[in-house]
Amino acid sequence: MTNLIQTLISGLSLGSIYALIALGYTMVYGIAKMLNFAHGDVIMVGAYSGIVAVAQLGLSPWVTVIVSIAVCAVLGVVIEFCAYKPLRQAAPLSVLITAIGVSYLLQNAALLLFGSQQMAYPKLLKLPIFTVGGVQIDGITLLTLAVTAALMAALTLFIDRTKLGKAMRAVSEDKDAATLMGINVDRTITLTFAIGSALAAFASMFYGMTYVYIKPTTGAMPGIKAFTAAVFGGIGSIPGAMLGGILLGLIEQMSKTYISTLWADAIVFAVLVVMLVVKPTGLLGKPMQEKV
Amino acid sequence: MQLTQKKRRRGDLLTAAAVAVLLAVMAALLYSGSLTRQVTNMLIPTAVYIVMAVSLNLVVGLLGELSLGHAGFMSVGLFSGCLVAIALADTALPLAVRLPASMLAGGLTAAVFGLLVGLPTLRLRGDYLAIVTLACGEIIKNIITNLHITGGALGLNTAAIYAGAKELLPYGAVLVLLTVAVMLNLKRSKYGRAIMAIRDNRIAAESVGLNITRYKLAVFVIAAFFAGCAGVLYGHSLANIKAAAFDYNMSIEILVIVVLGGMGSVPGSVVSAIVLTVLPEALREVADYRMLVYAVVLILVMQATNNPAMKRFFGSVRERLTPVRKERAAL
Amino acid sequence: MTTKAKLVKRPSSVLLPERDADKSPVLECVGLGVTFGGLKAVEDFDLTIGRTEIAGLIGPNGAGKTTVFNLLTKVYQPTAGAILLDGKDTHSMTTAQVNRAGIARTFQNIRLFNDLTVAENLTVAMGDSVRYGLAGSILHFPRYAREERIARERADELLSIFHMESHADERAGSLPYGAQRRLEILRALSSNPCLLLLDEPAAGMNPSETAELMENIRRIRDTFQIAVLLIEHDMDLVMNICEGICVLNFGRIIAKGTPEDIQRNEAVIEAYLGKKKEAAS
Repeated sequence: MTNLIQTLISGLSLGSIYALIALGYTMVYGIAKMLNFAHGDVIMVGAYSGIVAVAQLGLSPWVTVIVSIAVCAVLGVVIEFCAYKPLRQAAPLSVLITAIGVSYLLQNAALLLFGSQQMAYPKLLKLPIFTVGGVQIDGITLLTLAVTAALMAALTLFIDRTKLGKAMRAVSEDKDAATLMGINVDRTITLTFAIGSALAAFASMFYGMTYVYIKPTTGAMPGIKAFTAAVFGGIGSIPGAMLGGILLGLIEQMSKTYISTLWADAIVFAVLVVMLVVKPTGLLGKPMQEKV
Repeated sequence: MQLTQKKRRRGDLLTAAAVAVLLAVMAALLYSGSLTRQVTNMLIPTAVYIVMAVSLNLVVGLLGELSLGHAGFMSVGLFSGCLVAIALADTALPLAVRLPASMLAGGLTAAVFGLLVGLPTLRLRGDYLAIVTLACGEIIKNIITNLHITGGALGLNTAAIYAGAKELLPYGAVLVLLTVAVMLNLKRSKYGRAIMAIRDNRIAAESVGLNITRYKLAVFVIAAFFAGCAGVLYGHSLANIKAAAFDYNMSIEILVIVVLGGMGSVPGSVVSAIVLTVLPEALREVADYRMLVYAVVLILVMQATNNPAMKRFFGSVRERLTPVRKERAAL
Repeated sequence: MTTKAKLVKRPSSVLLPERDADKSPVLECVGLGVTFGGLKAVEDFDLTIGRTEIAGLIGPNGAGKTTVFNLLTKVYQPTAGAILLDGKDTHSMTTAQVNRAGIARTFQNIRLFNDLTVAENLTVAMGDSVRYGLAGSILHFPRYAREERIARERADELLSIFHMESHADERAGSLPYGAQRRLEILRALSSNPCLLLLDEPAAGMNPSETAELMENIRRIRDTFQIAVLLIEHDMDLVMNICEGICVLNFGRIIAKGTPEDIQRNEAVIEAYLGKKKEAAS
């Protein structure tokens, strides 16, 4: 019983990090209609920026948080401007290949800068570990959950209530019509990338504080799995990303504990395949109809 | 009336002939002992990458879909084919029977996996298909790593079937020629046209009666078959094989070859496979930058091929290279 | 849900050209309709088209004309009613199957296979009448050469309808706009249909090109003995070549009849010009 609860809590911890990453994926996919393959690597860059800020620049934790967010947001905007914007009218295949290229570029640039040795992420916060009836709960886990939920709520409010959010929804529905209505599509997409990448910065902090060790390929697997989570929950849906992330984290942790660590990845990917084949719109997603 | 068609045919023959000549020259150099060790060691991997790139080009270039699981199919073929080869190694059969038989076994197993992966997933397109093929490749990797029969995480011991470039080259050459010939033929056929039509406009393709699933499945099965065959050849040239090496990063490496060579271009894939296999070996000092350069190549090629000004430039170059076209337009 | 074919009585108000009256109609739509998220885009669509009829589907923008084409070709699945093609219910068919059963179409926004040549755009649509399969595609048996030659000859023959033989080996995407429209019609024809759906074939054409197109549509009908249903905003063209006309407004049929009937019809005039009161004010 204790074992089960412990597993569930680890799953929640992993799941809320997936959820944070998935939020970024789902925003970009929902609005710019592209799979930003490099999203996971933005997280890796965010994590390295945190390491550099604390270990080499000696910045305080709060400044580090701001630096990480700024680095990621700027990186996201730069990537969008240099790599994706010129391809707005191109075939989806070209955009996807470019995104893969950007992902590789970030990974290998980090490899050259920081080497393949893993580096330890600084402890930005000292949180206690609670013990309730033999079950250990790390304060970080609770904080991750709380922050993810808060960000999800803030994002939902932003998209539903503000003018910029409305512009985002309009661009998501129909870029041409949005242009006709006087919405600056390019700026809206840039903003989407900035927000999505800022979310990646949050993910990098919680990933770093939970799993500590960072290397250039750190972002790749969580990135792909978080995309799985976004699809699972219904791509484009913000609550869906949260739900998908948490569920996927639980599934992965349960497989590790009760089946085998060796098979956990295969199980997570099998969930993705089954989901896409059976219900490509995900748990909370809306179906899309193609215009003829 | 059919001038251009004949010209294309001639281009195909030229491609096939050039590949054959290249292979013959390499063979002559190898067997006369005039190749350095370094070059000799690169022959089989280069052949393997040519086959991988040309077959992936069928999916990416002709069908216009992204498969990130090509290394997975290669892996399936490699392990199944090499297991067959190891079983055959004790028999009295000569290599000329054992290797083609195990290649066929590996290719067919990979093709079956292509069918298994393809059947449920092919109604997906674009990003979703790419990510599902990536997932399937990772699942395949995971399964092979966890099976006893394939040596598990330690890898498969191939001491019984290991062979040098001198023994393997003829088989590699035949496989390369076969792959090139099949792809060229396919492009100029009913199936090839249908596949390219689906790429150009799926809705129109359906409206003229093309069964999208049938053609997509054919593409997946053929590509997987050749990836499997290449895998078996590759397996014979390695002392120990670990499934972990055949992950999506390898699929992406092959994708880089295809993109650099030109989507849909068979000779492009061949040249690009040779360049990208030989160059990093030849320039050891820049090997660290290899992947970084690959990444930049991917991005730049995409920007260039989608840039209207660049498109016009290449269009005018092509026009100048084919004066026949202009005369015809004047008719 | 969808009405079963057997239960449907043929409406008594069916209009057919006299020469087609004793033949079974090529297409019958009964109570056809589709709903998108609660919105009825098309409803109660009844239409019968004769074996060799040239029929027109007209109506103001957004009336649902292209949606009808998309229903007939199963790009959208109808949520009500039945489509009988040659007397057979197309209920369970896909877009590709409907084409093989005899409906071919063009698109309002041209959808050619841009990177294939003009001739290839036609041969690819010939489907199984090019008689070799996957093995033949890979291995190029002797039959391959024979079948390819026949297919190419058919393509050239079709191209000669619009005098486009000299462009056969050009990239379809590089053709000028008008030629692309014509090629789309030929591509539809090369899949051997019994009913040809043309979505605004004269869009972007000047009057003399339109006149030539009219002649060619008639010629195609006469040569291939097929029926044509066309959507068009050019009223000269519609009134000139259509034998039966169906007028759609807000997803419903508001009038059916000969060109003369339609020109006199109050409801049609109102739909196109707005209500009389509004027009007066």
